[in-house]
Amino acid sequence: MQQQQVPPEGGAGSADRPGSTQLGTDSEPGSRRVETGSGGRASGGQRFEASGITVRFGGLTALNDVSLHVEQGEVLGVIGPNGAGKTTLFNVVCGFTKPNEGSLTWRGEPLVGLRPHKLAGLGIARTLQGVGLFAGLTVVENVMTGLHAHAKAGFLSALLALPKSDRDERVLKERAMAALDSVGAAGYAGRYPGSLPYPVQKRVALARALVLEPDLLLLDEPAGGVGHDDMDELGETIRHLSGRMAVMLVEHHMDLVMSVCDRITVLDFGKVIANGTPAEIRENPQVLAAYLGDEDDDSGLADADSSPQEA
Amino acid sequence: MSDALTQTNKPDEKSLATEGSPQSGRAGGLLRSTLVRHVGLMLLALVGISLLLETVSPFRVSQLGELTYFIPAVAGLTVLTGLNGQISLGHGALMAVAAYTTSVLLDQESPLPFALIILIAVAITALVGALVGAAAARLHGPYLAGATLALAVGVPGLALYFEETLGGEQGLSVSPPRASPNFATFMADVTGESLSGQKFTAYLGWALSLLVLLLLSNLVVSRYGRTWRAVRDDEVAAELAGINLGRARVLAFVVSAACAGVGGVMIAIITRLTAPTTFTLVLSITLLVAIVIGGLGSLVGAIIGSLIVVFLRPFVTDLGAEGGLNAAQAANVAPLVFGIVLILVMLLAPRGLVGSVRFAYLTRQAARQAKAQR
Ligand SMILES: Nc1ncnc2c1ncn2[C@@H]1O[C@H](COP(=O)(O)OP(=O)(O)OP(=O)(O)O)[C@@H](O)[C@H]1O
Ligand SMILES: [Mg+2]
Repeated sequence: MQQQQVPPEGGAGSADRPGSTQLGTDSEPGSRRVETGSGGRASGGQRFEASGITVRFGGLTALNDVSLHVEQGEVLGVIGPNGAGKTTLFNVVCGFTKPNEGSLTWRGEPLVGLRPHKLAGLGIARTLQGVGLFAGLTVVENVMTGLHAHAKAGFLSALLALPKSDRDERVLKERAMAALDSVGAAGYAGRYPGSLPYPVQKRVALARALVLEPDLLLLDEPAGGVGHDDMDELGETIRHLSGRMAVMLVEHHMDLVMSVCDRITVLDFGKVIANGTPAEIRENPQVLAAYLGDEDDDSGLADADSSPQEA
Repeated sequence: MSDALTQTNKPDEKSLATEGSPQSGRAGGLLRSTLVRHVGLMLLALVGISLLLETVSPFRVSQLGELTYFIPAVAGLTVLTGLNGQISLGHGALMAVAAYTTSVLLDQESPLPFALIILIAVAITALVGALVGAAAARLHGPYLAGATLALAVGVPGLALYFEETLGGEQGLSVSPPRASPNFATFMADVTGESLSGQKFTAYLGWALSLLVLLLLSNLVVSRYGRTWRAVRDDEVAAELAGINLGRARVLAFVVSAACAGVGGVMIAIITRLTAPTTFTLVLSITLLVAIVIGGLGSLVGAIIGSLIVVFLRPFVTDLGAEGGLNAAQAANVAPLVFGIVLILVMLLAPRGLVGSVRFAYLTRQAARQAKAQR
């Protein structure tokens, strides 16, 4: 594969963590999968790499020479105190923010001139901090929107309501329902998001990201505002997903991060301050210092029960 | 058949099963086709309108005709504003583009067939819509309103500038197309009286209006309608879903402009005079009033809003005249009343008429569902 040129790696980046859940261990009932609409996509090179990413907002350096990588089958945790630059990093990966320096590589090819709407076609999906559901669309329509890149019927067949358009819609709806089913939200298909409990909304948002069967999934605080039971389930879901895709997880709930991630990259003030397995990160003095320096120590790095802080 | 009807509200795997089973019926299968449902509705509406046109007084016929330049334009605007979240103060100007195109093309020695004139006028309006839409796609809220306002003010000005071809302040008089002999004989045979020019115009207008409503309702329930709403609700999430925001917005603008174009064609042949005074900002605002009253984004609401606007105007103008106002003063009563109605609707029923009814229904349904789950 590629040369390992990620600086602060410290040789700790081993992906094969003992409990690394693979396809054999999943036994959740709701794990019926959406049919893979992306047959010959996998070519072994499902590796995402960011190197030397620097982002400046005026005088503020939100990201400073950040490098990381993640590949299929692993979950990379990205943690750090509030304002560390986690969301900004995701925004760079998604093409919302152009980095001042640095480059991205996906499946062995550089991502240049990235536009957010091209992402879905590249097999990259992301959930947003908060929920980011479409308030005026029903739950199933929300998920169908996630399949936009897969819709085939063109404008003319929609305008004239040709059978092709109906058929296309039916296929999208079935795939959306299957995705909703896989997150246990199929019962809410006809409802509007605003009328649903927050954890259900989060699950719908996850279904919208998953419906495309992405190869790289970016989760920005998926457990924000989610209760304990749901969190365990979420952890299982994420572990399960990593069998089929590369996952990058931004999360403040340390017990979730520690139990789910294969490797963790820690950001503080835009800089990577540590990189390693959960066990290593837990003991890293620099990481502890960063979190302790964070006045409203909401990370719960020490005691793993932090309350959701969500804006 | 009832099976198929309930299924449209309850998306699930069973839809495949019904398709396969032969005895669940042709009708059920047909009703699942969007096209069949929508065409059926429009044909019903056409029959209803025809009955109406044949039974009401000539004055009402003229009002029903007048409706047909509002309905397409209002329907197009409600899709743009209600479903895609783009406001336009320039739709009156877009109507002007179509109206002037129609008037100029009809004013030839041997004019083109009228159907072709309609197509050309609508195409040109759509093209202007594409240009405006491309500029508008980057603008939001007040900036968008401002940009489209410039259009509303600028386009009638063009008519003054190109006085030679566009008639300047006087405007262009329009000789409306006449019914084809076949259609006239057919109508005379069916109704027992000869088809008046005014009634023919009303028929033409309704045929066009229903066609516009048919195509729009197809789009609204399709992937495109969903895409427009998604872009309206959350730009970031829409982009992540793979939607090209700019393209979606421009497309909505083009579709909406084309509808305004149909309205423009009708306004030319109904008023028989295409002059700058017809296409003032008041026209654009009247269209907005209609979509707000009816309920943003609702095609049924667009029809209701148009009805209210068209029937309320002479009513309050008369009221003003009876109340002792002179003609000029009375003419200003309508915009005033529209303004008041607009404020009342926004205060009392911000979802508009159709939106309020729909919301009440959904709330009841959700409550019932919640109760059932308990
Ligand atoms: N568009 C922007 N313009 C200017 N500054 C920004 C912008 N986006 C983010 N920032 C700043 O960059 C820094 C990193 O923000 P970011 O949202 O990436 O943090 P985060 O790690 O996601 O925090 P949180 O845990 O609170 O979500 C913050 O100081 C933030 O104020
Ligand atoms: Mg963040």
